[in-house]
Amino acid sequence: MNSLSLAQVLQPGVEQSESQVKKTVLKLEHVNIHYGSFQAVKDATFDIYEKHVTAFIGPSGCGKSTVLRSINRMNDMIRGSWIDGKILFNGHDLYDEQVDPVLIRRRIGMVFQKPNPFPKSIYENIAWGARINGFKGDYDELVEQSLRQAALWEEVKDKLKQNALRLSGGQQQRLCIARTIAVQPEVILMDEPASALDPIATGRIEELILELKNNYTIVIVTHNMGQASRVSDHTAFFMVDDKRTGYLQEYAETEQLFLNPQHRKTEEYISGKFG
Amino acid sequence: MKIAIEHPFGKKMRIHERLIEATLFGFALLSIVITLGIAIILIRESYLFFSDPEVELWGFLTGKEWQPMIGRFGFLPLLNATLTTSVIAMALGIPVGLFVAVYLSEYASDKTRGILKPVLEVLAGIPTIVYGYFALTFMTPLLRSIFGMETVQIYNTASAGLVIGILVLPMIATMAEDAIGAVPKELRLAAYALGGTKMETTFKVVIPAALSGLSATFLLALSRAIGETMIVALAAGAGPNLTFSPFEAAETITGYIVRISGGDVSYNSVDYNSIFALGLILFLITFTLNMISRKISRMFHQEYE
Repeated sequence: MNSLSLAQVLQPGVEQSESQVKKTVLKLEHVNIHYGSFQAVKDATFDIYEKHVTAFIGPSGCGKSTVLRSINRMNDMIRGSWIDGKILFNGHDLYDEQVDPVLIRRRIGMVFQKPNPFPKSIYENIAWGARINGFKGDYDELVEQSLRQAALWEEVKDKLKQNALRLSGGQQQRLCIARTIAVQPEVILMDEPASALDPIATGRIEELILELKNNYTIVIVTHNMGQASRVSDHTAFFMVDDKRTGYLQEYAETEQLFLNPQHRKTEEYISGKFG
Repeated sequence: MKIAIEHPFGKKMRIHERLIEATLFGFALLSIVITLGIAIILIRESYLFFSDPEVELWGFLTGKEWQPMIGRFGFLPLLNATLTTSVIAMALGIPVGLFVAVYLSEYASDKTRGILKPVLEVLAGIPTIVYGYFALTFMTPLLRSIFGMETVQIYNTASAGLVIGILVLPMIATMAEDAIGAVPKELRLAAYALGGTKMETTFKVVIPAALSGLSATFLLALSRAIGETMIVALAAGAGPNLTFSPFEAAETITGYIVRISGGDVSYNSVDYNSIFALGLILFLITFTLNMISRKISRMFHQEYE
């Protein structure tokens, strides 16, 4: 970051991390998502910043996972889903007719709620994505690099040929993260990545997320507010209206949202009054 | 004297529960008894065959000529014909059945699936005797017009094999579709999320993940093809012939059994007993294939638990 923000110039004492110029990677503009005649999300407008962690929180059915899936067009897989509004990725509209969703998913990876490694070896799980992307480099190195970044290398380096399904749930999830990293995406979407894991495995995933944000933009959906406050820089709080349509209630820096929520609903939700 | 005090939650005799359980058990037992009975008869009659002074086991297994009338009991010609028709059937049935299954489970819209599946069911419901005539009156003339009247005999294993392939096709397609459909949806999503195209996802993730279920399907289809009788009896030829040309007439194990059991061979003759020995061998082959298939598909179900 070589340009200084206005805040930095005016307040030289402010810490670098808070005043850093934030580059917008994803820009959602009036996004409405429908499943057939049912509107799942209405009018979501917000920005996601480069190499930051953005958390989506909110009660069940508020559309947070739907918004997440719309960012790499995984919603296309759901029959009857359609979207209007714009999602700009580095300035390009992801829903332009010219856009090939396959290419988007190579830049915007995704980690799912339930660990879903392929029933192949650990090595093949990592190499798969690179292989279909026509990666020409050194696969051994790629596998090692990816596993190291996902903090899994030390545990599996002696059994790379072993079937990935024999790993523990937490290891499987870190393998899925490693597999996503191996494609070298810019953005990693995580849909409640730790909700199927025990507290220790969850802790490791959270550490990993903080590590990964040095290199990747991360968007995480979570039910766990502690997790959102521990790992994220920005938090989007989604609510659901009486027609079961989700909407963005409040979006702010995580500290701000948790310590000084602007809406009564946000305050009630983060203090556990409903959810 | 003790008076039995009735417990408020005491056990009740429910006669009809016991009765229905006993009846159901009886029927279950019956199927086992029947299977055992068949096996025992096969073994007993086969024993009569093998204990005949004219027959020796080694000669039976390795002999190249099968002419019971003149005391030649080498069953290789029959086995060879059975293998020829079965291999041809699999060569047609496996790829086509697999592609139909892939299309149905991964590509077809609900509408085309709604048309294709009933068609497959109709195909599966056609009596095998009709397939036999189909082989004789359609497939054989077709082969003869393609490869020449001199090359292709009227009765030949290629025609029978191809039609057996069509016969097992619905079975392969349906079972393979089940195997492919049993692959968790999450695996497909994972592949798509890594930037996989539909083809990459289908052929590099879904089908490999379904491989054990698919191999079980193929083995079951093979066992069905080996046991198929009517088509080969009508179209493959009526006379043992050790040949590797699929365009020549050759009698399969099942074909021979049909001819002898329907013919005027006297009971207790060695020819008559031979069909039980052949039946036993068929039974052992298909039984082994089914067991392997079961074992493989069990392994498959454990993988995702």
